[in-house]
Amino acid sequence: MKAYLILEDGTVFTGVSIGSAREVISEIVFNTSMTGYLEVLTDPSYAGQAVVMTYPLIGNYGICREDMESLKPWPDGYIVRELSRLPSNFRSEDTIQHFLEENDIPGISGIDTRALTKILREKGTMNGMITTKEYADLSEPIARMKAYQVKGVVKATTTKESYVLPGEGKKVALLDLGAKKNIARSLNERGCQVTVYPADTAAEEILAANPDGIMLSNGPGDPAENVEIIQEIRKLYESNVPIFAICLGHQLMALATGASTYKLKYGHRGGNHPVKDLETGRVYISSQNHGYAVDARTLDPQVAEPAFVNVNDGTNEGLKYVGKNIFTVQYHPEACPGPQDSSYLFDRFLKMMEVND
Amino acid sequence: MPKNPDIKKVLVIGSGPIIIGQAAEFDYAGTQACRSLKEEGIEVVLLNSNPATIMTDKDIADRVYIEPLTTEVVEQLILKEKPDSVLPTLGGQAGLNLAMELEEAGFLKANNVRLIGTTAQTIKKAEDRLEFKETMEKIGEPVAPSKVVENIQDGIAFTNTIGYPVVLRPAYTLGGSGGGIAHNEEELIEILGNGLRLSRVGQVLVERCIAGWKEIEYEVMRDSAGNVITVCNMENIDPVGVHTGDSIVVAPSQTLGDKEYQMLRTSALNIITELGITGGCNVQYALHPTSFEYCVIEVNPRVSRSSALASKATGYPIAKVAAKIALGYTLDEIKNAVTKKTYASFEPMLDYCVVKMPRLPFDKFISAKRTLGTQMKATGEVMSICTNFEGALMKAIRSLEQHVDCLMSYDFSHLTDYQLDEMLHKVDDRRIWVIAEALRRGMDYQKIHDITQIDIWFIDKLAILVEMENALKAAGEAVKAGVPAAEALSEELLKEAKRIEFPDNVIARITGIAQEEVKALRHQRGIRAAYKMVDTCAAEFAAETPYYYSIFDGENEAVSTHDRKKVLVLGSGPIRIGQGIEFDFCSVHSTWAFGREGYETIIVNNNPETVSTDFDIADKLYFEPLTPEDVESIVDVEKPDGAVVQFGGQTAIKLTEALMKMGVPILGTAAEDVDAAEDRERFDEILEQCQIPRPAGETVFTAEEAKAAAHRLGYPVLVRPSYVLGGQGMQIAINDQDIDEFIGIINQIAQEHPILVDKYIMGKELEVDAICDGQDILIPGIMEHIERTGVHSGDSISVYPAYNITEGNVKTIVSYTEKLARALHVKGMINIQFIVDGENVYIIEVNPRSSRTVPYISKVTGIPIVPLATQIICGHTIRELGYTPGLQPKADYYAIKMPVFSFEKIRGADINLGPEMKSTGECLGIAKSFNEALYKAFQGAGIKLPKYKNMIITVRDQDKEEVIPIARRFAAIGYKIFATKGTARALNDAGVKAITVRKLEQESPNILDLVLGHEIDLIIDIPHQGAERSRDGFIIRRNAIETGVNVLTSLDTAAALATSMENKARELTLIDIATI
Repeated sequence: MKAYLILEDGTVFTGVSIGSAREVISEIVFNTSMTGYLEVLTDPSYAGQAVVMTYPLIGNYGICREDMESLKPWPDGYIVRELSRLPSNFRSEDTIQHFLEENDIPGISGIDTRALTKILREKGTMNGMITTKEYADLSEPIARMKAYQVKGVVKATTTKESYVLPGEGKKVALLDLGAKKNIARSLNERGCQVTVYPADTAAEEILAANPDGIMLSNGPGDPAENVEIIQEIRKLYESNVPIFAICLGHQLMALATGASTYKLKYGHRGGNHPVKDLETGRVYISSQNHGYAVDARTLDPQVAEPAFVNVNDGTNEGLKYVGKNIFTVQYHPEACPGPQDSSYLFDRFLKMMEVND
Repeated sequence: MPKNPDIKKVLVIGSGPIIIGQAAEFDYAGTQACRSLKEEGIEVVLLNSNPATIMTDKDIADRVYIEPLTTEVVEQLILKEKPDSVLPTLGGQAGLNLAMELEEAGFLKANNVRLIGTTAQTIKKAEDRLEFKETMEKIGEPVAPSKVVENIQDGIAFTNTIGYPVVLRPAYTLGGSGGGIAHNEEELIEILGNGLRLSRVGQVLVERCIAGWKEIEYEVMRDSAGNVITVCNMENIDPVGVHTGDSIVVAPSQTLGDKEYQMLRTSALNIITELGITGGCNVQYALHPTSFEYCVIEVNPRVSRSSALASKATGYPIAKVAAKIALGYTLDEIKNAVTKKTYASFEPMLDYCVVKMPRLPFDKFISAKRTLGTQMKATGEVMSICTNFEGALMKAIRSLEQHVDCLMSYDFSHLTDYQLDEMLHKVDDRRIWVIAEALRRGMDYQKIHDITQIDIWFIDKLAILVEMENALKAAGEAVKAGVPAAEALSEELLKEAKRIEFPDNVIARITGIAQEEVKALRHQRGIRAAYKMVDTCAAEFAAETPYYYSIFDGENEAVSTHDRKKVLVLGSGPIRIGQGIEFDFCSVHSTWAFGREGYETIIVNNNPETVSTDFDIADKLYFEPLTPEDVESIVDVEKPDGAVVQFGGQTAIKLTEALMKMGVPILGTAAEDVDAAEDRERFDEILEQCQIPRPAGETVFTAEEAKAAAHRLGYPVLVRPSYVLGGQGMQIAINDQDIDEFIGIINQIAQEHPILVDKYIMGKELEVDAICDGQDILIPGIMEHIERTGVHSGDSISVYPAYNITEGNVKTIVSYTEKLARALHVKGMINIQFIVDGENVYIIEVNPRSSRTVPYISKVTGIPIVPLATQIICGHTIRELGYTPGLQPKADYYAIKMPVFSFEKIRGADINLGPEMKSTGECLGIAKSFNEALYKAFQGAGIKLPKYKNMIITVRDQDKEEVIPIARRFAAIGYKIFATKGTARALNDAGVKAITVRKLEQESPNILDLVLGHEIDLIIDIPHQGAERSRDGFIIRRNAIETGVNVLTSLDTAAALATSMENKARELTLIDIATI
């Protein structure tokens, strides 16, 4: 079946429908990872967005369910150049085609993803529509596209109830803002007992459990939208519990302490971004997925200072909080997909909890 | 960290002659690194024995020494030039080994020279089998169970504990020399014994056989601050067991999930960190196909063939960055030269698929075993880029220039199912064609996988190509049944065929629709090639370097600019015997010269190892197959003002006619004049007009005609196809039987052109490269071959200036050159080969293009031939450029070009020299005296004698007279001579003491035992021609080559070797080429 990807600037790509045939409007973003398409699909941070994979051959190794970063795929839509008709991997349980159908995710294949990526790069992230309907007049769907906003996505992705992942070591409270599984897994692997809380949990409840440390997870959407959560995080900041935050968690902590965030032209989504540790000068290749960033110019030097910076565009990639046991990063030390070079940050968090004892 | 200010003068060691396992990639890496060093204001001293390289140009390095790569030379050079640092990681294994020897001997330290880019400790950890194993164990990186052994007994004992089969890898050798897989004790003894001899340190690793696992490679970089990145990973389609140089390789990996990808990436970064490498490094893995188990196979702590491939596949200039790191910079300080926005610490992301295919030399070595194993056999490679794997593979296939353009090109349809099954088990260069045939017969994927161990994902992709063949066949049937072509070849079908890169001619061949019609249908439907950019970042950032590849499923992003005149420079494709790195040298220099003349330059080429495909050589690079259709698509987009074909060897020349049809003017010598030189009858007319004699000859098409011609001319005759390079298919026939055999071989390859039969004249062979501006002719020098006619010019030792001809000969040669250049209306380059027999001078061959000897003669005469020829093509004249026409004054030194062979790598190849070229590379010996130049040339070629002072002579009856004085000279040097019965009698009768040895079929000890006894320096073996050829001689020569014994099959070479050994002065004089 033919499918169309229509962008709000009027560009139309014609391809083949994959997954669900239903029509969807979403924010279109691109990811440059060459492997890890299932991790991308199941990363809750993509809630409210449709993802373009710049790597042209997707689905080569099928679906290995244990690689899922959450229970289901989150993107509104999936845009690829080519899906492999025959996956091959010893762990493969399914094809990506079937996986998309099963989860009712609409998508389109057979389009020039590079041309699309260039549009997004030049004009910035924009909204679009994946549809199997042929529109003679684009003004109506474009009006709908323009009206679309990514909203309420943290609430949609967070756990409904808190739960505990047992461990013998440190007790970590993980605030699930749309968390990838590997955050909890990374802590578990280091012996931590992880209690996962819904995003709207009151700070008092978390602190009452006397955690050794608090972890703020990644998550989708515009950080500034989460006004109430930010207020709770402010309270967590004021406690003396060590805190480590990733991605959305990093942005919310910055917002909670007076800094502001802004939307990047087309974000950072991929597994190849170099970030520099400003203290040591070392550069690490990181896994990234964010459309917003903390505006380093709005930081109060009394409160927080930049700890990591993106080597390419100089945007902020991490903060350390003055006089606090708090550090936060914009990128993904939990990887999945992407480089594992920054997994040492979890060790740093563990050390911080130990020192705090 | 900024640049280390103590580094001011750096010695860069190159990799020497092109041999199998060490090809043009090191010229590419070395050239890029030298330019990178010079950019930083470093004075560069370059040492490389290979004159055909670009790195040995005076505009690449400040001081250039084309001298043998021996420790003595490096020591002398260090004392002379006093560099403060040596950069050894760019010259492949040869350069690295040399640096290690000097470091171990304490020479570098004693002379205050530091190694940069690596440390001796790093090299040892990576290359010494035992230390490597210990290092890997220390950081918990798995290696296959293995043991380093130094003798055969230990090898057997260890193998008995881990079981057969085992892989044998000699330490410190190149391209897997001497390695192999042993399935039983007999094979173990043979391969191990050989490996122990070839290893520089007498060590061989015996290892659990992991054949059949996935072979994955990572190219990683590290700087002195400890920052590490991955440039690229690559997956070999062939499982472990086939040398990666002979494998079909895809980048990035296709069948690895993120978990596997990251597991190996992390491992590679841990390894480079532990080894403490500053620069680039290649790590090879075997990954179990059904688990996460993996083994580290090998680490190359230097730039390598794989790193050249990774550079071209991603756009990330590994050698350039490695050179900067060696100077002290860190990855985050080095700008990405492609995007000019990101930094060298940004890992490349690909939004396309890259396929590399090896170029194997079995068309040259018809008797060789085509089997692929752990010993590399490819002479070169091609790379292609597409948005899909099928398309990339199809492009790579037609880039090979091996008369293949699709999966139907090798026909296995005549095999029975049983035979096909057997063929599937045999891994040779035709394996994907065999699999395609199996797929055509409906063999299931699992069975093919079980036999070949090739991942099912790749098998399915081959199946997609086979399905397209079938769909096109069905369209062809429909056309036959009367359906109009436009209907049978529907838009959808045609689009899909083009998406997966079926060329028009293949579509035409399968469907029976005329190629022109296929093209017309395509154009009507708007199905045209579009171009995408290789930008290192999957379009995340706007890139500034126009490096393009074609696709059929997307929009064009190549910007056609027309602010300057625009020239298309056609490259020379894969490195193969007969068309080596020399033509890349010519293409690159021509490109630069056009650039200086104000042209916008566009290079089209498909060889990832070369300088010409570096991202900043031309204004635009199209990484594409060099077929008429592929070039036409580029022409459609770029609309160049002209194309230049005279610098890209036969590959480019072959495109002349097609370019004319496209309406692209051929710059320089006109196409019809090129044709006049190649067309026998037209050329004969020209010779007649100019009153220039040539050996009598005729043009024929069949064996019968050839025999008739031979009878008219009288045997011996030379038989060869027209329009070939490197004497492909050329043979000397002495009787009818030979003609039948040779024509049979010639006809195996598609033969569109006639066959030439010429009278064979024995004499001296001379060669001239000249430049003509239409009026005046500039002849830089005359070269004389040491071997008499009959040995291909590329396999002959070539001496400049000619040393053994009369003044009259010189005058005639100059006069003939001038007459011919004018008669052919040459604008640019011409190469002419002559035979001199007394005062008679004959023409053998004229090539109105750049030749193999151009880089050599340019360097030793100091005349920039290619830039001059290019300027002339642009309209300048020789006089206007400041040169006096005519033969230039002779140099006051001798420069000798020596061919270098890779016979030991190709099992079953006959090493006998003849009219068909067999050498893979060359080196230079340059000195004031003829003898010293010859000595240097032999040293450079690796013939370092005497060792044991034992030699064997076996010649034909007609050579006995001539061999006596040569034998006498070797005896005078102190050689003990063994000879076969007849030869021994002749020698002894002449008073040269010779010991008779028994023939091969006689009881031991016979000649073979003597060879295998490893105390023979040299064999002079003049084989019989034609029907009298003996199998024995072949066996002796193969055994000698495979055990490292030098074999000479020409008396002229033998005499030259004696001369070189008579050279008493062992203190060499080093000559800086840059000052010539």
